[in-house]
Amino acid sequence: MRAFTYERATSPAGAAAAVAQHAGAKFLGGGTNLLDLMKLEVETPTHLVDIQDLKLDQIEAMPDGGLRIGAFVSNTALSADRRVRRDYAVLTRAIQAGASGQLRNKATTAGNLLQRTRCPYFYDTNQPCNKRTPGSGCAAIGGYSRQLAVIGTSDRCIATYPGDMAVALRVLDANVETVDAKGATRVIPIADFHRLPGTTPEIDTVLRHGELITAVTLPKPLGGTHVYRKVRDRASYAFALVSVAAVIAPDGSGRVAFGGVAPKPWRTPTADAAMPQGAAAVVDQAFAGAHPTHDNAFKLTLAKRTLAAAIAQVRTA
Amino acid sequence: MIDAMDVVALHLSRRGVIAGGVATVAITGAADARTVAPTQPVATMPLSVEVNGRRHDLRLDPRTTLLDALRDHLHLTGTKKGCDHGQCGACTVIVNGHRINSCLSLALQHDGDSVTTIEGLGQPGHLHPMQAAFVKHDGFQCGYCTPGQICSAVAVLAEIKAGIPSHVSTDLAAPMHPTNAELRERMSGNICRCGAYSNIAEAIAEVAGAAA
Repeated sequence: MRAFTYERATSPAGAAAAVAQHAGAKFLGGGTNLLDLMKLEVETPTHLVDIQDLKLDQIEAMPDGGLRIGAFVSNTALSADRRVRRDYAVLTRAIQAGASGQLRNKATTAGNLLQRTRCPYFYDTNQPCNKRTPGSGCAAIGGYSRQLAVIGTSDRCIATYPGDMAVALRVLDANVETVDAKGATRVIPIADFHRLPGTTPEIDTVLRHGELITAVTLPKPLGGTHVYRKVRDRASYAFALVSVAAVIAPDGSGRVAFGGVAPKPWRTPTADAAMPQGAAAVVDQAFAGAHPTHDNAFKLTLAKRTLAAAIAQVRTA
Repeated sequence: MIDAMDVVALHLSRRGVIAGGVATVAITGAADARTVAPTQPVATMPLSVEVNGRRHDLRLDPRTTLLDALRDHLHLTGTKKGCDHGQCGACTVIVNGHRINSCLSLALQHDGDSVTTIEGLGQPGHLHPMQAAFVKHDGFQCGYCTPGQICSAVAVLAEIKAGIPSHVSTDLAAPMHPTNAELRERMSGNICRCGAYSNIAEAIAEVAGAAA
């Protein structure tokens, strides 16, 4: 691990200012992904600003009937919250489908959103990777790409956004609240939060340097039946090959987002509109224009079958 | 963490590249030059942490993980370093009542925290019920993962009692129960390379039954 200095911030804007004034600074939430990457020297921050004392660890009811989830709320606490289990079950299910009990206890809501890809070439500093070292090339294209993205990719990067929680947040139309060093706040719809790689795959999100996530908000409950189905290489503690987050109404209409297939949680209006026609129609819409590799073309078939299973699960519930 | 299957596949393909690639040799050389570059002295920072009921005041390099602080600075070597990347669970300890991977946490993040390690759960002569159950049910072979397994198991039963759901819980509104499927899912962050899983599950089930 490269050397760094450490401080604990005492206010959100103070934390943002502390990061903004060091080019090499990063926020430290739970640290479960950042420290892993620092040990490998994939991440080499020179200064860490710990946000644990900012009192961002509460889940509050909002006047519009929604919830405001503090950035530092642990994944376990969020998934176990009674209001979340009752009104946003897809979020509880998605969180519990990811990582391990130990990691969920430490990982935070904001950190989960900001976790980096698990593309094996991103992790291996001996390999070219445009996301880790811009301009070095992409070893995944033409390499081992079974886990990687089938849509939203570019000729610079085919990495997948690895998380589960954000796929549920996408289907729920959550918003991300931030503050910057001057105390200015902004609200970013989750749909716009993660970027597609294009020519700058090293930039994962629309956050600016020194912009701190303070909360994630959920709109008032949608109703419907919530389901999160995840297919992976072992029954627990593995990243998704394909995951489906869906909220389905009794008449078969609904909304759906896919994980494990793209550089961001993948949801399209045309796919939502096709829900009454069934899984095949939805996946044809959602993955129109997909560019799978030889290794991961199976994900298109798997997405249809996973969504079909999710719809069947809702019908028999 | 990264999936083990990917790492295996990548290493296989990398070996193939190294066998025939000149460019790879150049990249490897650059990486070696980086690792031998002289490092600057690092300023240490103070922290105070309670471990197994006893307060310790330390000054540490900010890079020190909680795991390394426990093992190398407090000489509590019961907590094991397995993968050092949050994949195996051997380093599991209980912090403020919650189990975490001590390898993926900076010691400085725990200034003011209360940590329980395997040494704090019980000692020879007065074992914690979970330690005794692991002995009774042969919940280990080599024993390297065992401290992490036991710390995790103690916390798992507390999580079930607190009503925290899991991936295999069928009803999110109902109370949680320590069924075999629940225990196996909740323990999936602790790998046992000897494969003592069935005995581990029996040991935890016995303690869960006794506590119910």
